[in-house]
Amino acid sequence: MPELATAVRELSFGDAIKEAIAEEMRRDPTVVLMGEDVAEAGTTFKVLVGLVDEFGKERIIDTPISEAGFTGLGVGAAMAGMRPIVDIMFGDFLMIIMDQVANQAAKIHYMSGGKWKVPMVIRATMGATRRSAAQHSQSLHAWPSHIPGLKVVVPSTPYDAKGLFKAAVREDNPVVIFEHKISYRKVKGHVPDEDYIIPLGVADVKREGTDITLIALSSMVQVALGAAKMLEEVGISAEVVDPRTTWPLDEKTLVDSVKKTSRCIVIDEGYFRYGITGELASVIQEQAFFDLDGPVRRLGAMHVPIPFSPSLEDVTVPSERQVFDLARQMVNR
Amino acid sequence: MSTAATSKSPSKIPTDKLLRLYKQMVAIRLFEERVNDLYTRALMPGLAHLYIGEEAIAVGVCEALRKDDYITSTHRGHGHCLAKGASPDLMFAELLGKEAGYCKGKGGSMHIADPATGNLGANAIVGGSAGIATGAAYASKYLKQDRVAVCFFGEGALGQGLLYEELNLAQLWKLPVIFVCENNGYNEYTHFSESTAGDVSARADAFGMANETADGQNVRDVFAVASKYIERARRGEGPAFLQFKTYRYHGHHVGDIARAYYRPKAEEQEWVSQRDPVTLHGQWLMDNGVADRAALDKIQADLITEMDAAVEFAINSPYPDPSKVDQDIYA
Repeated sequence: MPELATAVRELSFGDAIKEAIAEEMRRDPTVVLMGEDVAEAGTTFKVLVGLVDEFGKERIIDTPISEAGFTGLGVGAAMAGMRPIVDIMFGDFLMIIMDQVANQAAKIHYMSGGKWKVPMVIRATMGATRRSAAQHSQSLHAWPSHIPGLKVVVPSTPYDAKGLFKAAVREDNPVVIFEHKISYRKVKGHVPDEDYIIPLGVADVKREGTDITLIALSSMVQVALGAAKMLEEVGISAEVVDPRTTWPLDEKTLVDSVKKTSRCIVIDEGYFRYGITGELASVIQEQAFFDLDGPVRRLGAMHVPIPFSPSLEDVTVPSERQVFDLARQMVNR
Repeated sequence: MSTAATSKSPSKIPTDKLLRLYKQMVAIRLFEERVNDLYTRALMPGLAHLYIGEEAIAVGVCEALRKDDYITSTHRGHGHCLAKGASPDLMFAELLGKEAGYCKGKGGSMHIADPATGNLGANAIVGGSAGIATGAAYASKYLKQDRVAVCFFGEGALGQGLLYEELNLAQLWKLPVIFVCENNGYNEYTHFSESTAGDVSARADAFGMANETADGQNVRDVFAVASKYIERARRGEGPAFLQFKTYRYHGHHVGDIARAYYRPKAEEQEWVSQRDPVTLHGQWLMDNGVADRAALDKIQADLITEMDAAVEFAINSPYPDPSKVDQDIYA
């Protein structure tokens, strides 16, 4: 990520997303945002507070609690000349809208032989440790990533969130963007006060290193960066690579990094089994096998319904300590 | 009930429109007979869900629409696509999986789509297009166009939750969308009375949505009822829910031949012999001096020529090259 010494403006992750939405809505009158309590309430996370004052209730639209209904409506509106942003409060509700996402939005362009387009953004949240239990805590970005026809964005920093969100709005394809709930306020960073986009499908090296590659997504980028600092103190140089989008996937940047370091851990907050970490580990092993010193290792959310009690929930998500311990064991230093 | 429509004096429909209604129904009938033939000759891959018997609904509704109005269709969708203006040769080509087809062979029978005629696509998820139609209506309203969207669905979709979410949104936001329930009495192989509690139109009443039930075998009634609510929607007065009672002459799909276990033969014969929409409208045209038998025969003969040529075109068209399999996934 470019660090401009002269520009010091910092935004929270949530404010960066709000700024992206506002800029795109100013630029293109066919962009509207609809969802539950998005207008005066500014979403349950208060991320969009103020947008309705600028754009009015015609463009920041409160819907009934009817996720499949307004997502389907968004698909039709996108086909008929608009660029709707559909707000799905919790990523867990993806299951409720999945027919409209996976059977409709994702397939319409292909099934119509390329004639219809579905330029829509589905914004959803992800992330555990808010004590919200099993139906409001999941990180389900692997689900849409599995479906041809969708693009899936998992930003980790405010800078990336703004640039990727703006790119998603301008896409002629359905894009699902997963915003990490904990990051909304907790993660802050430099965000230029200007119009820029980050193309979907370009990974970013968040920290350079030589001994081991930590491929991490969304919240796990902060975890990996924290672990990298700890590793540095014991003389291990870790490179942190953030794919930023699960599809399209910038395989080359991931593979090049592993070819350089010869070791790799993939870290993701989605369920460990049958998920993102397995897919990325396969990509690495298929393309960098002979450069590896050992197997690609993975850290993901435990294969359990996310529990309520803090003492239980906290152990389900990969930690800096786990990354550190595993990396140290792999580098053997 | 249908009395309102019948009393709407269908004789006010202009002569050229009355003939057009006939021609379009015959076209669909001939098209579907050829689909049946292609399928049974193993020239058509996949499944074929025939619209024969229900022609008056697609034709009556689509003749009340403008070319730039929208429709969404169903797995039993050939009739809707043709009625909205699709070209039979490109339809047949798609059904046979040919490159020249509407969707380059990627959609097939259940997914015909055509922006040029406002066809947002046939949909193989029962009730799955309710959101798309409602969303197109929303866009029309937001963009200050005066286009209307029609969502065709069978009574089987009455069991799907999405439909009710869209009825709620459409009425809440006064969107120009018409929900057209083609009630042919059977959810696949099950009579709808075994799957559907309560009254169908009461569902629309519950949302405060304008609604009407009419005879789906009388194309003039369908046209009159559809026109009334389409123009109402175009004026910005909100959506409507229309139920047309009809019958599917063939099985759920072409292979559904032994049907006696779910549907009595006598019932089928009664609809075919007494309530056929093409026969009934043809007779009405002759009884009312709009056309004589020779004129109707000429309409049919011309369409046979066109349909046979369309089939020939499709059969002789090449399949898409396998290299195109991963094109059109993303725009």
